Amino acid sequence: MFDNFVIPDFLPAAPEIFLATMAMAILMIDLFIKDSRRTVTFVLAQATLVACAAIQVFTSTGEITYTFSNMFVDDMMADLLKLFVYMTMVIVLFYSRAYLFERPNMNKGEYYVLALFATLGMLVMISANNFVTVYVGLELLSLSLYAMVAMNRDSLASTEAAMKYFVLGALASGMLLYGMSMIYGATGTLEITELAEALYNGENNRTVLVFGLVFLVSGLAFKLGVVPFHMWIPDVYHGAPTPVTLLIGSAPKLAAFALVMRLLVSGLITLAQDWQQMLIILSVLSMAVGNLAAIAQTNLKRMLAYSAISHMGFMLLGIVTGVVSGDARYALNAYSSAMFYVIAYVLMTTCGFGVILMMSKAGFEADNLDDYKGLNKRSPWFAGVMLIVMFSMAGVPPFIGFFAKFSVLQAVVASGQIWLAIVAVVFSLIGAFYYLRVVKLMYFDAPQDDSVIVAPNHIRILLSANGLAVAALGLAPQVIMSLCAYALLRSL
Amino acid sequence: MDFQTAVFFFLSAILIFAALRVITARNPVYAALHLMLAFFTTGGIWLMLQAEFLAIALIVVYVGAVMVLFLFVVMMLDINIDRIREGFWRYLPLGAVLGLLMVLEMGLVLGSKYFQVPLAEATVPAGVSNTREIGALLVTDYVLPFELAAVILLVGMIAAVVLTFRGVKKSKISNPNTQVFVKAKDRIRVLQMPVEKD
Repeated sequence: MFDNFVIPDFLPAAPEIFLATMAMAILMIDLFIKDSRRTVTFVLAQATLVACAAIQVFTSTGEITYTFSNMFVDDMMADLLKLFVYMTMVIVLFYSRAYLFERPNMNKGEYYVLALFATLGMLVMISANNFVTVYVGLELLSLSLYAMVAMNRDSLASTEAAMKYFVLGALASGMLLYGMSMIYGATGTLEITELAEALYNGENNRTVLVFGLVFLVSGLAFKLGVVPFHMWIPDVYHGAPTPVTLLIGSAPKLAAFALVMRLLVSGLITLAQDWQQMLIILSVLSMAVGNLAAIAQTNLKRMLAYSAISHMGFMLLGIVTGVVSGDARYALNAYSSAMFYVIAYVLMTTCGFGVILMMSKAGFEADNLDDYKGLNKRSPWFAGVMLIVMFSMAGVPPFIGFFAKFSVLQAVVASGQIWLAIVAVVFSLIGAFYYLRVVKLMYFDAPQDDSVIVAPNHIRILLSANGLAVAALGLAPQVIMSLCAYALLRSL
Repeated sequence: MDFQTAVFFFLSAILIFAALRVITARNPVYAALHLMLAFFTTGGIWLMLQAEFLAIALIVVYVGAVMVLFLFVVMMLDINIDRIREGFWRYLPLGAVLGLLMVLEMGLVLGSKYFQVPLAEATVPAGVSNTREIGALLVTDYVLPFELAAVILLVGMIAAVVLTFRGVKKSKISNPNTQVFVKAKDRIRVLQMPVEKD
C-alpha cells in the first residue's frame, strides 16, 4: 500500500516546521514563567520570527519546488511574501507589547503563541498548492484570530466582535469549501497546478465550474473583506483590542493576496473572463462603500476599517486587469502592481495603528478622532508620522501610497478599461477627505488633553523608522516594485 | 422504482423535514434533536454510496460527541428564542427572494445531466475498503494537511483555555483566629495611583 510513497523533502517547508515546533515549545516554556516576567515569552516569540526569516533566506533556491505530494509549493512569490509576513509580525508584536503590559488581563503568554500559530496559518496559505492545504491554512489563521479578538473577555464589545467574526468566518469557509467541491466535481482534482492543466486541456462542464467559481469568489471576498461581504470588518476592527486589530489588519492581507493569486490566477486563469467580471463589481462597490462610509465615522479604528475595505477594493483592480480578452501580455505588470499595493498598504496600516497603540495608556484607548485634536502641540514628531501615514493612504505624492495607487492605475489603463480608472480616482479623491480630516484635527485644533505622551524608546524608534519607510520608499518605489515583479516572473 | 431508490427517497424526505425543523423549531432543544436526525439520515445516504467510513465518522463524531455536548449547552443556557427572532418578519421578504433565487439557480445546475451518474459507474469495486484507503492517504499524500489539522485542534484547545480559565480558586475557609486579631490597617490599603482618563 505504501510502496510508491517517498518521504517528502522537508527543506522547502523548513521555516514552517521550525515555527510550529517553536510555537509549541514557547507554549510549554510560558507555563513556567511568572506573569511579571512575560518579556521572556515576548523575546522568544520575536527570536522565532527572526530565525524563521533567516531560514527562509538560506533555504530559498529561487526555483519552484513542490513537496509533500505537491501539497506545498515554495517559489519566489512565496519567499518574498513570507519575508514580509515575518517582518510585519515582528513590528506588530513590538507595537503590542506596551499595550499588553499595561493590561494584565491581556498580557498572557497565549497571546504570543496564538500570534505565532496565526503566522503559521498565513505561511501555509501562501505556500498552498492544493485546496485542502489552502483550507487548513486558512482555518489555522482564522481560529487563532477569533481567539485573540475575544481575549479581552470582560469587554462586551470584544466578545461580540469575536462572535460575529467567528460566525461570519465559518459561513465564509463553508462557501469556499462548497465552491472548491464543485470545482473538484467538474475537474476531478484538488491540486492547483493539476487543476490549471485540466482546465487548459480538457473538456470540463463549464456551468458547474462557474457555479463553483461563484462560491469560491464569495468565500475569498469574505476573507478579503470586500463589499458586499464586508459586514464583519468595521465591528471586528472596532471591537477587538487594538493590537489584535493591528494584527488582523496587516499580515493576513498578504496571505489573502497570496490566496487570490494561488486560487484564481494559478489555478483558474482559464476562467479569468468570468472571475474578473465578478471582481470588478466587488472592487467598485468596495471603493464606493468603503470611502463613503468612512466619512461618517468618529472612531479612528472604525474609520481605518472602512479604509481597509476601500484599499482592498483598489488592490483587486490590479488583479482584474491581468488578462484582457484572452491576452495575458500585461499579466505580470498587473499582478505585481497588486502585490506592491498590498505590501505598501500593510506598511502604512502598521504605522497608523502603531500611533494609536502608542497614544493609548492603561484604561484609555486613543481610538476616537477627537483624541487626536492638537497632537501637533503635544508631540510634533508623532503628529508628523501620522501625517505621513494619512497622506500616504490618501495617495498624496511622494509617499508610497501614491506609487501603489499609481502602479495599479497604470495597469488598469494599460488594459484599456479607462472608465474603471476614472471610478477609482474619483473614489480616491472622496476618500482623501477623511484622511485629511485627521491631519486637520492634529494640526489646527486645540488639544483636549495636554498630558505628555509616554512611550518606551524602542517603540519611538520603530515607529519613526516605520513612518520614514513609508516616506522613503515613496521616493524609491522601484526597490519593492522590482522585487515584486521579479518574484512573480520567477513564480508564474 | 427499485429498493435502493425507494430507500434514498425515504431518507431524503426525513432529511429535508429534519433540516426544516432545525430552523423552524421554537424550542432550541428540539432544533438540536432534529439536527441529530438530519445527521443520521445523511449518514444513511452516505452508506448507500458505499462511503461507510464517512457515514460512521459523521454519526460517531457529530451525533455522538458534538451534538450531545451541544444539547448540554442548550439546556444549561436559558436562550430566549423570541428575542433572537426579533426582526424576522422585517427581513423575511428580502431573505425569501434571495433564497428563492439561490434555490432556483442551484436547482438548475445541480439538477443538470452532469450530476446524474449511472449507479453502475458510481459503485466501488469489490474488495476495496474505503476506510483503508482513507487511512493510507492520510499518512502519505495528505500528511501535511493532516498534521496541520492537529495544530488547528491544539489552537482550539489553547483558545478554550485562554477564554475560560480564570486562575486557580483558593478555598474559602475562614480562620477565626486571624479574624479576631485583624487590625484596621489590614483591611484598608491606601494606594498612590497615577490619574487615568476614561
